[in-house]
Amino acid sequence: MKVLVAVKRVVDYNVKVRVKADNSGVDLANVKMSMNPFCEIAVEEAVRLKEKGVASEIVVVTIGPTTAQEQLRTALALGADRAILVESSDELNSLAVAKLLKAVVDKEQPQLVIMGKQAIDSDNNQTGQMLGALTGFGQGTFASKVEVAGDKVNVTREIDGGLQTVALNLPAIVTTDLRLNEPRYASLPNIMKAKKKPLETVTPADLGVSTASTVKTIKVEAPATRSAGIKVKSVAELVEKLKNEAKVI
Amino acid sequence: MTILVIAEHTNAALAPATLNTVAAAAKIGGDIHVLVAGSACGAAAEAAGKIAGVAKVLVADNAAFAHQLPENVAPLVAELGKGYSHILAAATSNGKNILPRVAAALDVDQISEIIAVESADTFKRPIYAGNAIATVQSSAAVKVITVRATGFDPVAAEGGSAAVEAVGGAADAGKSAFVGEELAKSDRPELTAAKIVVSGGRGMQNGDNFKHLYALADKLGAAVGASRAAVDAGFVPNDMQVGQTGKIVAPQLYIAVGISGAIQHLAGMKDSKVIVAINKDEEAPIFQVADYGLVADLFEAVPELEKLV
Repeated sequence: MKVLVAVKRVVDYNVKVRVKADNSGVDLANVKMSMNPFCEIAVEEAVRLKEKGVASEIVVVTIGPTTAQEQLRTALALGADRAILVESSDELNSLAVAKLLKAVVDKEQPQLVIMGKQAIDSDNNQTGQMLGALTGFGQGTFASKVEVAGDKVNVTREIDGGLQTVALNLPAIVTTDLRLNEPRYASLPNIMKAKKKPLETVTPADLGVSTASTVKTIKVEAPATRSAGIKVKSVAELVEKLKNEAKVI
Repeated sequence: MTILVIAEHTNAALAPATLNTVAAAAKIGGDIHVLVAGSACGAAAEAAGKIAGVAKVLVADNAAFAHQLPENVAPLVAELGKGYSHILAAATSNGKNILPRVAAALDVDQISEIIAVESADTFKRPIYAGNAIATVQSSAAVKVITVRATGFDPVAAEGGSAAVEAVGGAADAGKSAFVGEELAKSDRPELTAAKIVVSGGRGMQNGDNFKHLYALADKLGAAVGASRAAVDAGFVPNDMQVGQTGKIVAPQLYIAVGISGAIQHLAGMKDSKVIVAINKDEEAPIFQVADYGLVADLFEAVPELEKLV
């Protein structure tokens, strides 16, 4: 079974981003970029499926600038077999990304598509579901467990009240949540080997996809800050303040 | 302008997040219709009809919609939603699951988790785990939007008398099936709806120690949450997680116990009215957002707090 994993290059999750003075966006100059944490979980899940003998080939794809090759090489070092870069330096919305991924799905014909539930930059949580609509595949979002059984995949999902399990016909789309697995680190020999694995570059035009968007960002601001309050000396003082000053208990 | 709000419900009852979503629709302005898609969902539809400000309730009652499978519900919403100016759903696990599938089916972008309405086509939403707020404008014919409940005060659940109309449409797409669910059973209030939330972090040391928080919560009538660190460490299940990747809460009182205050956690609770932090590390970042900070050993402070409240 072929598995397609989609990943995104984002600001490293340890970076505290700052809004630009002209409110045009956040300052990404000279900040560390990494693979989106949910995408790392997606790569790991695909590699585990291959180790179990369920997946036969793992193709990793990203949509981004030339530098996004770094994240593809990381995925290759973790165990993906080959990579596709859909090169675009524009900041694309989820629908455009889903359309590009649909074109890749049409070409590659994977049985399972695994991707992160959301990227930690735009925080949209849309692309997997949108790809579901465009391909007509079933979707198992926010997955904490994935089991392929015959021509179906059982996905246990993190929902507001607990867990839900659905059975999806293959081909299907899975989006990862935090508890699905703990991603491994790439070993040095595997990082060296990954440099020789195939990496193909295509453009949105090659795929015949328009990336026009109906949403534009007008401005980006820093959030209202909360100022630190006071330190109380004892539990008794805390209770007194909550009762008489804040009046919340 | 007519706005379609997708109701969040359990078939038997309407979920409170629906009221916040209707509030967002009211800010946009125009007639508000509510869609209740479910199975044997008459009670939820009846409740939807009573929401203040709702003009019409559409009910799609079909076994295929019982568990809100997106493969079945999204085509229905896309079909019904075509004629509307906006389609809104709460940014719950359910709304997040279904609505992007609707947007793509309608070939429009989606705007996720709005926290404010600037005008009928312009909205504010957090990005980068809440470290920046983007103002976005949509030129889509149908604006498809999820609403973060904490950004909008709920409208009244009573006072309306909307007509209820049955609608048909898409049914079982034959792509997916519901297998089962394990829902946490608790007598405590639901996290996102609770007036008081007591949360524990890595400082709790293990899952058993959360009993101190449960005892305090029961005294206060509070819900119990946790930081991602506590969930990752396996102390408590993921549905208790408060933060950017968990639940977003904004209670009257938030008590953070043994939580350092990583930005991912702050993103989920910093709109709370009053924040209390109890931590033995006086340098913990949580104190920078707390109204009342207590530097103390939580295993002494929490039982004492339980006694005094």
